Amino acid sequence: MVNRLGKNTHPYIPNSLPEVKQEMMQEIGIKSIDELYVDIPEKYRLKKSLNLPEALSEFEVKKHVEALLSKNRTCSDMPVFLGAGCWPHYVPAVVREIVQRGELLTCYTPYQPEIAQGMLQALFEYQSMICELTGMEVTNCSIYDWASALGEAARMAARLTRRSEILIPKIIHPERAATLHVYTEPAGVSVNQIAYDSETGQISLEDLRSKISDKTAAVYIENPSYLGFIETQVDKISKETHEHGALFIVGVDPTSLGILKPPGEYDADIVVGEAQPLGNSMNFGGPLSGIFACRDDLKLIRQMPGRITGMTTTLDGGRQGFCMALQTREQHIRREKATSNICSNEALCAVASAVYMALLGPEGLRELGETIMYKANYAMHLLSKIDGVKVPVFKSAHFKEFTVNFDDSGLSVKEVHEKLLQRRIHGGKDVSKELPELGETALYCVTEIHSREEIERLAAALNEILDGRRR
Amino acid sequence: MIFNIGRNGRRGHVLPKVGEKVRHTVGDVSMLIPKNMQRKSQLRLPELSEVEAVRHFTRLSEMNYGVDSGLYPLGSCTMKYNPKINELLADLSTINTVHPYQDESTVQGILEILYRLECWLAEITGTYKVCLQPAAGAHGEFLGTLLMRAYHQLNGEYERRNEVIVPDSAHGTNPASAAMAGFNEVVAPSDGDGCVNLAALKAAVSERTAGLMLTNPNTLGIFEKNIEEIARIVHDAGGLLYYDGANLNPILGKARPGDMGFDIVHMNIHKTFGTPHGGGGPGAGPVGVSEELAKFLPVPRIVFDDERYRLDYDEPYSIGKIRSFYGNVAVLLKAYAYILSLGGEGLMEVAEVSVLNANYLMKKLKEIKGLTLPYNSEKPRKHECVFSAKPLKNDTGVSALNIAKRLLDYGLHAPTIYFPLIVDEALMIEPTETFEKEELDRFVEAVRKISEEAYTKPEIVSKAPHNTAVSRLDEVKASHPRTMALSWRMHLKRNRHDL
Repeated sequence: MVNRLGKNTHPYIPNSLPEVKQEMMQEIGIKSIDELYVDIPEKYRLKKSLNLPEALSEFEVKKHVEALLSKNRTCSDMPVFLGAGCWPHYVPAVVREIVQRGELLTCYTPYQPEIAQGMLQALFEYQSMICELTGMEVTNCSIYDWASALGEAARMAARLTRRSEILIPKIIHPERAATLHVYTEPAGVSVNQIAYDSETGQISLEDLRSKISDKTAAVYIENPSYLGFIETQVDKISKETHEHGALFIVGVDPTSLGILKPPGEYDADIVVGEAQPLGNSMNFGGPLSGIFACRDDLKLIRQMPGRITGMTTTLDGGRQGFCMALQTREQHIRREKATSNICSNEALCAVASAVYMALLGPEGLRELGETIMYKANYAMHLLSKIDGVKVPVFKSAHFKEFTVNFDDSGLSVKEVHEKLLQRRIHGGKDVSKELPELGETALYCVTEIHSREEIERLAAALNEILDGRRR
Repeated sequence: MIFNIGRNGRRGHVLPKVGEKVRHTVGDVSMLIPKNMQRKSQLRLPELSEVEAVRHFTRLSEMNYGVDSGLYPLGSCTMKYNPKINELLADLSTINTVHPYQDESTVQGILEILYRLECWLAEITGTYKVCLQPAAGAHGEFLGTLLMRAYHQLNGEYERRNEVIVPDSAHGTNPASAAMAGFNEVVAPSDGDGCVNLAALKAAVSERTAGLMLTNPNTLGIFEKNIEEIARIVHDAGGLLYYDGANLNPILGKARPGDMGFDIVHMNIHKTFGTPHGGGGPGAGPVGVSEELAKFLPVPRIVFDDERYRLDYDEPYSIGKIRSFYGNVAVLLKAYAYILSLGGEGLMEVAEVSVLNANYLMKKLKEIKGLTLPYNSEKPRKHECVFSAKPLKNDTGVSALNIAKRLLDYGLHAPTIYFPLIVDEALMIEPTETFEKEELDRFVEAVRKISEEAYTKPEIVSKAPHNTAVSRLDEVKASHPRTMALSWRMHLKRNRHDL
C-alpha cells in the first residue's frame, strides 16, 4: 500500500512505515485500515480532504512561526507599563530548565504515584510554599487563573454557608468580576458591590455594614487592590464578615507577600490569587495559574475544588511519599456531586512557581516586594511632578500598580497612549470606561524589570506630550 | 523535602538592584506600608543556592515517568509524543514577553496565529466558530453547558429545560460540568454493544431535556454508529447535542462532529494536538459551535477586517467571561505548530495509526489468560480498548489495580483503571499513534508475563510495584483527617512541632 505521507514516515508516527503497517494489519486480520472504520456511517465519512495547509518540515514550521511572531512587539522592544492581572516579571533560567525536563513536562496527572513522585513532591512543595506566603494551611495544585479561582471560591462559600450572596469591592478587575458572575449565576448566587471611599479608594466600611446580612455567604476583597493600593482595614472587614457568619475571601498578588501582612494573619478563610508572576511568562495572557488556599478546617478542606497533593508513607510505613489526597471531592469519583468539574489544571505552572519561590527564598521574596515597591513609587513620584497629571488618584499606599489621571491635561488616556507608543513606550491600561467616575485614568504597572532609565524615559515622554499640549 | 535542605543565608537568585537615586527619592520603603499591613512573621521558605535548587528539582524529575520515558497507555488521555520544536517556539521572547493588553498594532503576529488556529479547528471539527478561551477540557465543558443554558434562556425555555443527559460510560467531568451550569443529570444506559441504548434515550428525553453530552468514539473506544438517530432524538426533543472531544484523535480527517449534528464541540488540545500534559496542565479546551450558538461565545472575539486583526468585545448575547484574557496562548501556539507539522494528510495518518495501534494491541491482548473484552469483542475499536480483568481476579485474586502496579515494575506506565464504570476491573488502554510496534509488543509481553505471574506466584503482582522509587503508597492515610498533611506547615502542626 502507498503511504499517504510519501516515501518517508512521519517523525512523530513511527508505525507510519508501510511495512510495519502491513505486519500489524496482518496480525489484526485486515487488508486496509478502512476496515477499522466501517462502523462510521457512510454519510458521515469525510469525502474531502481537510482544508488545512500542507505539512511543513520542522525548519519551515520554525521559520514560519518565528516570522509571524516577529510582528509582535515585546517588553524588550519597548518598556511596557501594563499589569492588571498579568504582570511582566523576570523568569530565571533555572525555572525554564526545570519545567522543560521531559519527565515533568510530558507526564499526566499523577494517577500512578509510584512513578510520579517527582511531580507529586514538586506540587506538594508548591502547595507548602504558597501556604507560607499566604499564611494559610492548605493549597491546591492550582485552578486555571485568579478569575476562575474566585468563581470557585464563591461557589465553595455558598455551599458551606448555604447562603446566596457574595459581596465584592467596586474596585475589581472587570474580567474577574465578569468571570465571577458567570460562575455564580447558575448556582443561584448573586454578587453585590461594596462602595469605596472616594478619597482613599479603601472599602467603605459603612457601605459594607449596610449590605452585609445573614444572606451573605462571603465578603471578598483584593490586596493590593485592582488599582494597586494596599487595603488597610483588613482586620475590621474580617471581623465584620465573621460576625455575620460569612466567609472572608482575599485575593492576592503573591509578589507582595514578602512585605505585606499575609491574609492568614487577618483570618481569611479562603485565599485566591494569581501565581503567574511567580516564575511564569506572560504569553499574551495564558497560561495563568490560579492560587486557591484555605484554612486547616476539615469543613473547608472537604469543599475545596481541584487536586490536592498530600504527604503520606508507603503502605509498609517504611518511606515517606506523596499522592493525590481527598479525591472523593473530585469529578472522576463524585461526578455530578463533585465540588467542581475541574480536572486538568495548571500543574506545570505551579511547578515553575515552586522553583521560583525556592530560588528566591525568604530574603529574595522580601527583596522582590521591596524592589517593586521602590520602583513603582519612584515612577509615581516622577509622574506626580508633571503638570496636568494626577498620580495616584487615591491617597493610599501603592504596591506595584497605580492610577494616572489625565483630566487636567485636556488629553484622553487614548491620546496619551498613542503618543507614548510613537515614542516606543507602552503606557498603562485605560480604565476610563470601566470606572467612569475616575475620569481619564490609566492603570500603570512597574516591576523589578523596569530600569530607572525606562521609568525616567516614561516621565520625560509624558512631560513632552503634555508640554506640547499646554503650549 | 526542600524544607530540609539548604542553609540560612543562601540565595538561588539575585534581583536587579535598586539604585541610590531611587532609594533616596522614595525613602525607606517599609515606611510607606501602613504599620498594620507590614509582614512581621518570618517567611519560612527554603534557602538554597542555585546549584542546590537545580539538583533538587533534577532529582525530582528523575523520579518521574513521562511520555518521553516510554509507552503511556492511559485510556481517554491520549498521551502522545509532544514535539520538541513546539516547546522551543512557545518559549520565544516574541510571545512570552507579550502582554495581553498591549495595543492591537503591537500583537498582530499572535492574533494572526490564534485567528488561523480558530479557523483550522473549526474545519477539523466541522463547526462554524471556535472559541479558544477555555483552559482545559472540563473548562470547555463548563462553557458548553453555559452555552446550552444561554440558548434555552433566550428561547424562554431554561426554567423548564433543566436536564442534561449523560451516558453511563461518560467521563466524570460531563455530569460535573452539567451540574456546575445548574442542570440535573439524567443517565442514559448503554446497550449490549456498548453504545447508547436508543430505546432508553427515547424514554429519557422530554420537554425538560436541555441537551445530551456524548463522547464519540465513546470511552469503550466504540464509535456510536447510531449517531444520526441519537442526534434526531435529541434535536426533536428540543435539546442540544454536545461533543466531548476527549476522543477526537481517531477521527481526525475521517469524520467531523459538526457533520454528525453536534451543536457544541470541545477539543482537548493537550490530547489530540500533541501539547504536553505537564503533570496535570496547562492544557487548552477550545469549543466549536454551530452558527446558531456563535453569538453566545465569550468575549473578545478575534476578528480580521482584511487588513488588521482585532479583539472585538461587542456582542450583546455573549455569556461574558469564563477566565481572564484570551486562553492558554502558549499551549495554543504549540497546537498551531503541530497542525502545520502534520497538515491535513498527516492528521488523517495520526487518526488511522492511532486506530491501527489500538486494534493491534487489542488483538494481541485478547489472547492473554484472565482478560476479556466486554461489549462485542469482535467489533473493531477506534483509539482505545477496554479489557476486564475480572476472570483473572476471580481465578487468582489479582485485580486491575495490581496489574497496573506490576506494569510499573516492567518500566511501563499503566492504563487507566476502573473506568469506564460499566466494565468490572477495567483496564482502559489507549496507545496513540506515536509509539512504535516494538514498544507495543513490549507492553503486550509485560501483560502476558503478569498474567502468568498471577496464576503462578500472585503475591509478586499483588504486592507490586517493587522496582519503583517508592513502593505502594498509603492513600488512605493521605486523606484521613488525623493523618492528612496537605502542606509542610500542616505536617509540622500535626506532628506538634512548633509553628
